[in-house]
Amino acid sequence: MKKNTKTIVNLVLLALLFLAVWVIERTSSASSMLITVLKKGAIYALIAVSMNLLNGFTGLFSLGQAGFMLVGAYTYAVLTIPVAKRVAVYQMYAGGAIHFQLPWLVGILLAGAVAALFAALIGYPVLRLKSDYLAIATLGFAEIIRAIIQYEKLGPITNGSLLLKTYPTFKSTLFPFAAAAICIGIIVLLINSTYGRAFKAIRDDEIAAEAMGINLFRHKQMAFIISSFFAGVGGALLAMYQGTLQANAFKAAMTYEILLIVVIGGMGSVTGSVLASFLFIACSEWWLRFLDAEQFIGSFQVPLLRSGFRMVVFSVVIMIVVLFFRRGIMGDKEFDVEGISKWCRRKFGKGGAKA
Amino acid sequence: MSENVLHVENITMQFGGVVAINNLSMDINKGEIVALIGPNGAGKTTAFNCVTGVYEPTNGLVSFNGEVIVRNHPSGKMKKLYAGQNADKYPEKPVSHTPDQITRRGIARTFQNIRLFKSQSVFNNVLIATHLRRTSNVFTATFRLNAREEKRMREETLELLKIVGLDGLKDELATSLPYGQQRRLEIVRALATKPKLLLLDEPAAGMNPQETDELGQFICQIKDRFDLTVFLIEHHMNLVMDISDRIYVIDFGKQIAEGTPAEVQNNPAVIAAYLGVDESEEKEAGA
Repeated sequence: MKKNTKTIVNLVLLALLFLAVWVIERTSSASSMLITVLKKGAIYALIAVSMNLLNGFTGLFSLGQAGFMLVGAYTYAVLTIPVAKRVAVYQMYAGGAIHFQLPWLVGILLAGAVAALFAALIGYPVLRLKSDYLAIATLGFAEIIRAIIQYEKLGPITNGSLLLKTYPTFKSTLFPFAAAAICIGIIVLLINSTYGRAFKAIRDDEIAAEAMGINLFRHKQMAFIISSFFAGVGGALLAMYQGTLQANAFKAAMTYEILLIVVIGGMGSVTGSVLASFLFIACSEWWLRFLDAEQFIGSFQVPLLRSGFRMVVFSVVIMIVVLFFRRGIMGDKEFDVEGISKWCRRKFGKGGAKA
Repeated sequence: MSENVLHVENITMQFGGVVAINNLSMDINKGEIVALIGPNGAGKTTAFNCVTGVYEPTNGLVSFNGEVIVRNHPSGKMKKLYAGQNADKYPEKPVSHTPDQITRRGIARTFQNIRLFKSQSVFNNVLIATHLRRTSNVFTATFRLNAREEKRMREETLELLKIVGLDGLKDELATSLPYGQQRRLEIVRALATKPKLLLLDEPAAGMNPQETDELGQFICQIKDRFDLTVFLIEHHMNLVMDISDRIYVIDFGKQIAEGTPAEVQNNPAVIAAYLGVDESEEKEAGA
């Protein structure tokens, strides 16, 4: 297949996906679980792809994603709360220190930019570390950021550990889809550019990459900053989805959730991360919810089902995935026209040859 | 006398108390094929690593086309430990470059244990090496504003693959190639950085005699075609004697002989280093 045809077919598929989302939104009630899953899944897909850019494509094992999301979410929320409502939000801090409101689009872009700035700053010391040490350092950074944002003295800006609310949010399911699609599209373009190839070279063999004239530090820093930019944007979208924002929600557990999505989807597969994030959100928010409530079959109470049991089952599912699908759902393949046609040729082409 | 390309002067590389290279000096002129040989553990790869910026030598100077790319003198903790010579010969401020900066200046290398980009196709392996000569930045590359450059990179890559006859395998995974072709691919990848000096670290390791012969021809062929200077480490004596203009022999980090293949072959010190000497002979030689 020609390159142009492939791009066109992929775009048509994407358009069909949007149409499907639009139809679902029209036909189901606003509070249905499906809508929730679609909204949150799209946002998590963006964040997972941004993490995959770092962990799967550049080979940097970073666990700072929640920290950058937090920075992005707070930047967005703090800058876009309407001036009139600031008194109510910053009750404890006399209306806060900021007396202007930015449009939501500027807020989202700034959310990414500020997260990227933080990444540039901490990248200097941290990116000289390798593998586990990098993971520990970035994890530490995320925790420190959370503590700083909750710091009492910063209250006039961040509202301390209290809620931020009344900033602009979205209603349509198409909004997070469109935002995620644009951002993921940019990441895909990057991955397939000459810089993306350099990232993959670093992942495969640092020493050889350096001997081929790739400046390791600059390229790692670039990947780190870009990944953080989109994590920041994802954080802002998550804040919009939730409607209220509190730093306490962005704990290390959130990074692990995203890491899990990346691993289940397949390190180095963009579509894998996207699929896995919808599956993950559907499982944790919807399909496995029934495990948390007491269930009766006739008069027989099903044993074990109680609040928290969902997480037990969930953990078992994850263990099974990790044990039997070690490279994730997609490995490093992509779920697009080319990938599907290759897969079909492998599956059915061989059968045809035998017959 | 032709123009000097690589000049190595009094290089000493010491790891703690262990002297891996001791006061080594070498000169490589334009258009030559020079071999560096020596028994196992003599410090050949370490010498390569000092030239390509992987290691920073403890003492000495390396210059490439007249530009000093590495210069160092023992300092700090090394000052007391230093066991080599000429400790005060290079008092100037140390000069060091990272491997990518040195590659940019025109020294490309291959590795003793093949280091291809494992998850990438043959084509991409070579394409990655053209990243070095890019003019686009990350934004223009992402938004495809560098289409012309991208096209040029791909054309160059394809042409290189054609020259070495790997174009038919360009979509194969690099690691799925047979061993000999992986070696060849590594050389092509190095060529894609447009080097002036090519360092080959045991290019014929693990090859049978026929493959080794072909490799020898291949090296001469690319040397002429790309106007290269070649510096190689090799254990296959037939290959070394066939293609090299000059040979340096080192043992325990020290240079023990230098000269044309014929001179080196008959040098008693070289024979001693490779085959060992009888104690009685050693005494005679001493006396």
